[in-house]
Amino acid sequence: MDGGQDRGPPLLEVADLTVRFVGHEARVQALAGVSFSLRAGEVLCLLGESGSGKSVTLRALMQLLPPGRTEVAGQVRLAGQDVLALRGRALQAFRGGSVAMVFQEPMSALDPVYTIGQHLIEAIRQHRGGSRAAARARAIGLLELVKIPAAARRIDAYPHELSGGLRQRAMIALALSCTPRLLLADEPTTALDATVQIQVLILLRRLQQEFGMGTLFVTHDLAVAAEIADRVAVMYAGRIVEEGPVAAVLRAPAHPYTAALLASTVHDQAPDQDIPTIPGSPPDLGALPPGCSFAPRCALVRDACRIGPPPATHPAPGRMVRCLRSADVLATPLASLATGDYR
Amino acid sequence: MSETAIQAAAETPPASPMRGYWRSVFARLGRDPITLCFAVVVLAIVLAALAAPLIAPFDPYQQSIIGRLKPPGWRGHPLGTDELGRDLLSRLLYGGRISLLMGLAPVLIATLIGGTLGMIGGFAGRLANTAIMRTMDVFYAFPSVLLAVAISGAMGGGIGNGILSLSLVFTPAMCRIAETASAQVKHLDYIEAARASGASAARILRHHVLGNVLGPVLIYASSLVSVSILLASGLSFLGLGVQPPEPDWGLMLSTLRQSLYVDPLGCALPGIAIFTTSVCFNLLSDGVRRAMDVRA
Repeated sequence: MDGGQDRGPPLLEVADLTVRFVGHEARVQALAGVSFSLRAGEVLCLLGESGSGKSVTLRALMQLLPPGRTEVAGQVRLAGQDVLALRGRALQAFRGGSVAMVFQEPMSALDPVYTIGQHLIEAIRQHRGGSRAAARARAIGLLELVKIPAAARRIDAYPHELSGGLRQRAMIALALSCTPRLLLADEPTTALDATVQIQVLILLRRLQQEFGMGTLFVTHDLAVAAEIADRVAVMYAGRIVEEGPVAAVLRAPAHPYTAALLASTVHDQAPDQDIPTIPGSPPDLGALPPGCSFAPRCALVRDACRIGPPPATHPAPGRMVRCLRSADVLATPLASLATGDYR
Repeated sequence: MSETAIQAAAETPPASPMRGYWRSVFARLGRDPITLCFAVVVLAIVLAALAAPLIAPFDPYQQSIIGRLKPPGWRGHPLGTDELGRDLLSRLLYGGRISLLMGLAPVLIATLIGGTLGMIGGFAGRLANTAIMRTMDVFYAFPSVLLAVAISGAMGGGIGNGILSLSLVFTPAMCRIAETASAQVKHLDYIEAARASGASAARILRHHVLGNVLGPVLIYASSLVSVSILLASGLSFLGLGVQPPEPDWGLMLSTLRQSLYVDPLGCALPGIAIFTTSVCFNLLSDGVRRAMDVRA
């Protein structure tokens, strides 16, 4: 997938990750063979709309999906370690120690009956041991690192006493408390104001570079992806349909879905014009079409698209796309993509 | 570089001392004069019961044929005497010990057992939940007073059996409350966040579930204290709890009831004691819960 660039072995390798939710009546295919890799110090953005499998991917990487009701298959390796085989204490040390997660809604992801400091101290002492005083000192250090003003005082604040931006910073401090090698961020800026959002993004980007963490960043916001990502992977109906360097993918998409997503952003549109939308709705994950899952909504669809899932092709070094007509999409200037006018 | 940044920041001394959870709770209680009043009354009742041997003016078992049902002040009896000529104040003081014990012990036992089982059931789900909750449902099937009467009746009267039967009555309800609360908490983000930061199930249960289940459980427990005092009094009244001549508010109410027309005040006193205690316990626990709630 990662064509050409070889800067050492990847930190995270995911191969053919499949997740099924098993209910009483229906089995839902949430992920249908997701593969990607991530190097240390790199930010990969998982882009896609609700239900495309972004968050499920993150949760599968941490084995957070409920065990009785999900079937997880495939390979996940973090620095050579088989993640999906981890159990018990090894799994607990892995969660929070090697991999940490930043959640979307910091209000509900922090326990309302504990102070910020108690959260941090608990995590620090569990993974690194040491005295309460040392953990507290480190916690204050972390809060200062994420630019929380008056950290020594705020450490004793309860989550509801902080603003949304400060809460998310505290959540980031919590994730960084044990210097993980991989950071999973599940739409960490979605619940924030636009101005706070950019501050948190800049902070995340800086810390990620400082710590040299590999980062998987889930978002549905193309602007956020453009801000923070090195590479993007566009997900649709449980598959990665396109992947590549952020600038290349966002400037010249190779998949009709990516192109349609770009065309339907509010930026750079004339005020009196309707925003182009993608007709139809995402497929029912309980009954995926046999071919390309975007085929029912695609303007470029051909009969061949409906037969089987399109294979991965590499239109350029470092880029991957699963579309039979990617050459046509690439050949079309972005401006005319907006109108669905391909030829 | 980042590691040194954290350490460097850690060198700076903390600017303010830790505020302390309990200090803020007491500070909030101090601003609530009504709750403080109830606290004083409860404290007075508990202290009076504890100090009964020291402050009781007479022997609570000392009968007197000629001094039956005398009004307050008769021959130095501050509240008069009961139907067997025993000093009423002394019996009320001693009776408080037993009534408070019967009010608190079953609730404490039920909270510990029912709360723990319910939390485990609610958090674990599936088989553990089914096993625990269906067992509790069996106890639920009996009306609570009937169950208490049946247990006490089968095992005989006495304080120990009374406490046991009341504990059994309260445990299923306690378990249900804890189960519901922890089942709700279980699906919240911060439980997943705790798991994502590597906390074990036991740790999540101890810290995050317990911390959030404690509120509803304690509220319910505090309301049960008064129910328990009343139920225990009821058992004693029926002759299944405390046995005469032990002084107990419920038992006193039962025996003095026959003298209602002769000595209405003496008859009302144990009832007033039960009522005051349960109301003050309820309102005090409400106030304490408000002060302890950090979620505001």
